[in-house]
Amino acid sequence: MDGWLVYSMRVSEDRSSASSFEDLAMPLFDQLYNFARWLTQDTAEAEDLVQETYAKALRGFGSFQQGTNFRAWMYRILRNSFLSSRAGLKIVVPLDEEENENILPPASTTPESILIGEANREMVQQAMAELPTHFREILLLCEVEEMSYQEISATLGIPAGTVMSRLSRARKALRGLLQRNLEGGRHGV
Amino acid sequence: MACEQWRGKLDLYSDGELAPADEAALRAHLNSCAACAVDVLDRVQLKHAVHAAGKRYEPSAQLRAQIAKTVAKTTAKKAPSANVWGWRIIFVPAVVMLIFALALNFYVGREHAGRERVYSELADLHVATLASATPVDVISSDKHTVKPWFQGKIPFTFNLPDLPGSEFSLIGGRVTYLEQTPGAQLIYRVRKHEISVFIFPEHALPMPSLLAGPVNALSFNTESWTQNGLRYFALGDASADDIRALSKLLRDAG
Repeated sequence: MDGWLVYSMRVSEDRSSASSFEDLAMPLFDQLYNFARWLTQDTAEAEDLVQETYAKALRGFGSFQQGTNFRAWMYRILRNSFLSSRAGLKIVVPLDEEENENILPPASTTPESILIGEANREMVQQAMAELPTHFREILLLCEVEEMSYQEISATLGIPAGTVMSRLSRARKALRGLLQRNLEGGRHGV
Repeated sequence: MACEQWRGKLDLYSDGELAPADEAALRAHLNSCAACAVDVLDRVQLKHAVHAAGKRYEPSAQLRAQIAKTVAKTTAKKAPSANVWGWRIIFVPAVVMLIFALALNFYVGREHAGRERVYSELADLHVATLASATPVDVISSDKHTVKPWFQGKIPFTFNLPDLPGSEFSLIGGRVTYLEQTPGAQLIYRVRKHEISVFIFPEHALPMPSLLAGPVNALSFNTESWTQNGLRYFALGDASADDIRALSKLLRDAG
């Protein structure tokens, strides 16, 4: 987090230099690709999405407002590009964040700490892949990219209150999927 | 009761989004509440699990190289924009200087033309006066006669030098006009050469700053200077030295 803070502070200072875009954008390459790959669930589409993101960012770098969050700006470009892509157009985000939607009820028998302890990395990845895209992306931004609520709000273009409620619901959905998969695995053995 | 108070804030706490005061209070509560502590532990465990699982995909070296190349290429393309600025830095002042030079040339040319016109007119006045049957309206070699004669005829007065012992003699004077400005014309003689001395109010003449100094107008020698708000012109076919000497006498008298 501290490293990112220093990095963010450097954004406005470095913008004036000729190579500032390269200096700012290339360190984000790995994580942008990872995010794109999670969104698209496809290697070729993720590669296209990252390329499109960099091309758009290069073109729009002149309009990037000094002092704002460059990382959130890049992620917003990537996400908007995804949403306007063929795969992204299929994504449906419920208008009512409070509405119940296919969230599996928590298992009644296994305590969560044991549940998470038993789940290996592949199981968590499987559960994440099964999550609706709007849950998956907000979990990735919060847990993997370690963005603050404010950064997530800026990236997704939603209010901070919605960030909190959507995160809570995403975690609940993930727990439900993990429990289901674990229980299914046990019964299957 | 305390657990219910904090339950809605456990996500904020595990995400590090709680205000410092609330965070300290919740931490104190967690030290005394096993149920909430386990709840927070679950959330932190889930965060760690997602963090580890989420870092799943790595881009290919080919994609990395391709994008790095595109970025570098575009940056390099934009770099010439610095050269463009460099050109602008040179080009814009050059254009400004050129415009300034043209404007100055036009201004100086216009001033020069005005100056030529003034001296041509003075030369005409000088020649016309000498060609006239009555070149002067007041005929006198006495400055105390000539000077008072102008009173009431021109809107200013002037001093004339005493000329005893010099080669110059005062023939007389007349009222004249330059650019619709009334002034005095005095005729002096030096060794059979006539010299006209014109006197006008300085402020009434066009482009006075460029009128000073010696000028060769239509082969006449001239001198011009300002004194006490008056513009003096000495013009005649006498030598430049004579013109200069008469000018000095007049200056000294002023």
